[in-house]
Amino acid sequence: MAKNGNANQALTFQELLFRLQRFWAERGCVLQQPYDVEVGAGTMSPDTFLRVLGPKPVRIAYAQPSRRPADGRYGENPNRLFRHTQLQVILKPPPVRIQEMYLESLEAIGIDLRQHDIKFEEDNWEWPVGGAWGVGWQVMLDGLEITQFTYFQQCGGMDLDPISGEITYGLERIAAFLQDVDSIYDIVWTVEPDTGREITYGEMRLPEEQQFSAYSFDYADVPKLWEHLRLYEEECLALLDGAKTMHLDEPAASRTEALTRKRFPVLGAYELALKCSHLFNLLDARGAISVTERVGVMARIRALVVGVAGVYAAQMTATRTDASNAEIEEGSAVVHA
Amino acid sequence: MPDFLFEIGLEEIPARMIAGAQAELTRRVVELLRHERLLAGAPTIRSFATPRRLAVLVADVAELQDDLSEEVLGPSVKVAYRNGAPTPAAVAFARKNGVEVDALATVSTAKGDYLAARRIKSGKLASELLAAEIPQLLAQISWPKQMYWRPGRPERFVRPVRWMLGLLGSTTVPIEFGGFVAGNVTYGHRVLAGNAPLLIEAPAAYEPALLAGFVVAEVEVRRQRIRKALDRVCRTIPGARWREDHELIESVTQLTEWPSVLLGGFEPEFLELPDEVLVTVMRDHQKYFAVEDAEGKLLPHFLAVLNTESDAGGEAIIRHGNERVLRARFSDARFFWQFDQRIPLVGREALLEHVTFQRDLGSYAQKSARVRVVAAALAAKCAGVVDQAAVDQASRLLKTDLTTELVKEFTELQGIIGGLYARAQGVGELAAAAIYDQYRPASMEDRIPRTAEGQIVGLADRADTVAGMFGLGMEPTGSKDPFALRRAANGVIKILAEGSVALSLPEIAETAAEGHFELIGRMLAFFRERLEFYLREVKGQSYDVIAAVLAAGANDVRDASARAEAVSSVRNAEEGGDFVALSAAFKRMRNILEQARDKGLVIPDVVHPTLLLEPEETALAERSADLATQVEALRSHRDYVAALRAIATLRTQVDAFFDAVMVMVPEGAVRANRLALIARVLADFSRIADFSEIVVAGS
Repeated sequence: MAKNGNANQALTFQELLFRLQRFWAERGCVLQQPYDVEVGAGTMSPDTFLRVLGPKPVRIAYAQPSRRPADGRYGENPNRLFRHTQLQVILKPPPVRIQEMYLESLEAIGIDLRQHDIKFEEDNWEWPVGGAWGVGWQVMLDGLEITQFTYFQQCGGMDLDPISGEITYGLERIAAFLQDVDSIYDIVWTVEPDTGREITYGEMRLPEEQQFSAYSFDYADVPKLWEHLRLYEEECLALLDGAKTMHLDEPAASRTEALTRKRFPVLGAYELALKCSHLFNLLDARGAISVTERVGVMARIRALVVGVAGVYAAQMTATRTDASNAEIEEGSAVVHA
Repeated sequence: MPDFLFEIGLEEIPARMIAGAQAELTRRVVELLRHERLLAGAPTIRSFATPRRLAVLVADVAELQDDLSEEVLGPSVKVAYRNGAPTPAAVAFARKNGVEVDALATVSTAKGDYLAARRIKSGKLASELLAAEIPQLLAQISWPKQMYWRPGRPERFVRPVRWMLGLLGSTTVPIEFGGFVAGNVTYGHRVLAGNAPLLIEAPAAYEPALLAGFVVAEVEVRRQRIRKALDRVCRTIPGARWREDHELIESVTQLTEWPSVLLGGFEPEFLELPDEVLVTVMRDHQKYFAVEDAEGKLLPHFLAVLNTESDAGGEAIIRHGNERVLRARFSDARFFWQFDQRIPLVGREALLEHVTFQRDLGSYAQKSARVRVVAAALAAKCAGVVDQAAVDQASRLLKTDLTTELVKEFTELQGIIGGLYARAQGVGELAAAAIYDQYRPASMEDRIPRTAEGQIVGLADRADTVAGMFGLGMEPTGSKDPFALRRAANGVIKILAEGSVALSLPEIAETAAEGHFELIGRMLAFFRERLEFYLREVKGQSYDVIAAVLAAGANDVRDASARAEAVSSVRNAEEGGDFVALSAAFKRMRNILEQARDKGLVIPDVVHPTLLLEPEETALAERSADLATQVEALRSHRDYVAALRAIATLRTQVDAFFDAVMVMVPEGAVRANRLALIARVLADFSRIADFSEIVVAGS
């Protein structure tokens, strides 16, 4: 059987992650740890969703386990997962050579581009709940979609300037491709150095897939999920209301006020919104949301997510203004002393 | 004269947008050159496009605009001279134009004599003009979707600009756009040529240099290369051919710079899956060409168009990768196909209660129940030609495939999958075909359902959707048609026009709207608008013919279409002259009658022979009465062409009538009788079309 050219010395799953992280770290990315609240995609982590807002340049990379309850298959489908792993790279503003950098990253994980067919095919990304969209491509390697490449244009309903370049690698797919295995569960996660024993993806994750598929499809308590959703939503809305009364976008009258504003937990409100999004996905997988309700519930969550983005942007602006004011105050204090 | 070459290098342009942008760029560049007087005669133009570039090459462009000599009018002679000596106004005008007063000419205009100076506007350099104008031209190119990429959002374009090349002869034209200044280099294939710039010394060297850089820049050359390669590779399998697919050819042509074709295979057991599923996976998801034998039966092979060229080793790797992806997708499809069989369609009716059709219109279970009633009523009206039991079975199972995993995976195959499952599960062939065809026609180019049963079900489904949405006040407005109601109504029209069931638009609207009078009226107005669209866009009928025909009746779609065809054919045939003249006369009659009514004159129903004074009016009265009987017989047999030809012969009497007879005479009884005569003629001969709507040249 023809191999994919490098299966013998193919990277393990964890080496793949190391290589990509090292590659991007060497190109100026801060390596962040995965976000610890359930998200459906790396884009939803505040390290992407909130950092792409505002003018401050960002270079960040992180692996993000991404939960999609409806995609679970009880561990029985070789290509589908309840929870897969994305490697997310955000470059704001995008460097001119961003595509070349991306192609170099493929070389860095052992893909000799001269031995493969690579295409950038139009694929525009959209997350209506986050008021976010961008244009870009799906990157096809020998007919396999291995990456989503997006130039963010709007986020939280706001135009972005500068925009961000987002590169999202599907790690399981790439690992299965590199190792030439037909099932994700056969991916070699790592090899024990002393014994040479291969630890597979299935060994590490199969029970999780089985149990969370069962939870999402069969066990999750629908009335309680609705109740959780209601509670998280209420708390998030209360915080958004609180933010409104603080007039975050106006200059602070005092240092205390500036500090209070800086400490206002917009990030906490975002986590609550993410919780709602995950609960929505669970309810959806459970078949508990009729198409009738669907639009309405999505609009509720959109109000939270977009609301948080607006407050976050205002807080950032206020913090910047306050910071420059504070410098002036301190400067003049020296003169008086 | 030198050639002009402009190339803009971009990150991968979406395949679907390339052809339009290429044409627009070429057109705008040629217009600019022409507008700036830089082109002589018919220029030789070539244009190029790949996913990473758009380029235009125009031969023989002037380096310098010709000087333009223009005459500038100055003060009038009266003001310019006093007592034979130039006034300050004349002196100032001469100075402004850089000539002596003596050198000024005098020209006569309608307003009198004026001084004039001849001024030479010296031509500008082409490279300066192009550098100044092309950036604006680029900004005007229209894209379906654009993006910002640079901080400060200075421009929008389809994708970020990566380089530009501008050459007039061997001179660089420094066009600035997207943060780049055009130079004299381009770039070859991403992988095969690497990132090294290719120096282009003159426009003619562009295409060969790119070929050496593994880029076939001309679209047609690439298209032919792909077609030949598909043929060549296919020949390695005896008796095989690739399934022709124009759209897919276009798509892969615009996805590649250096195309090659790869033959791959899959396990023959996947051929147990329906062709529709296999082809959808190959074509829509993977952009592969399907391979079939001489009888059109699928073979376990596919053809992938690559954007590279590799040795045998590389090709084996790429083939392996593509086969792996296809196998995974086919495995998924087979899993769903088998999984779905656990619950046959008949067991899925109840599951539709959980699938919402529309918030206020309820679930698909409710929709199916309504469609079933409408379909049954329509089938009853066509009792002789449709199998009513099959219609009922099809409408019950119509939407059940929405609950299957295979449709959730391949939404574009809804309906088709239902039909395939119905057949596999032993549901009757007629019902299965009706389910399979339910979304056809998907467009005005698409075919309608093959069977009368399928047509009835398709009509009922669409009419129910239109009635439901209109009932909620959700009519399409302007470009907004979120529920695709226009497409639904277009489907109704096309099925009625081309199908085998004889149903009228009022019958359909009344059945679907359950007798709600006001709703029926709105539906009929909407159907009529779609019928006009159909006659115009699909049948190519002109506006006036459509207006004329529909004024004589718009309930029977097929009949209206036949009448329109007859009117157009007679108008364009030998009788056309008589016909058009008659139309003008009918318009005159209508105007006379309208004026009479406006004046409050009573138009009697009966023409009294005793009041016909002139021989011409007697002739018209008698001839038209005879002809009316003849035309009515032809019309009732729907022999519209013959009927129209007969009507056209009336021109002689009509013309003679208008030449000799005045209608609006003072004597009341005579006038009333003449009005009655022309009213009768109009009524008798406007049953196929209202000819007064026909536009007569010059009127």
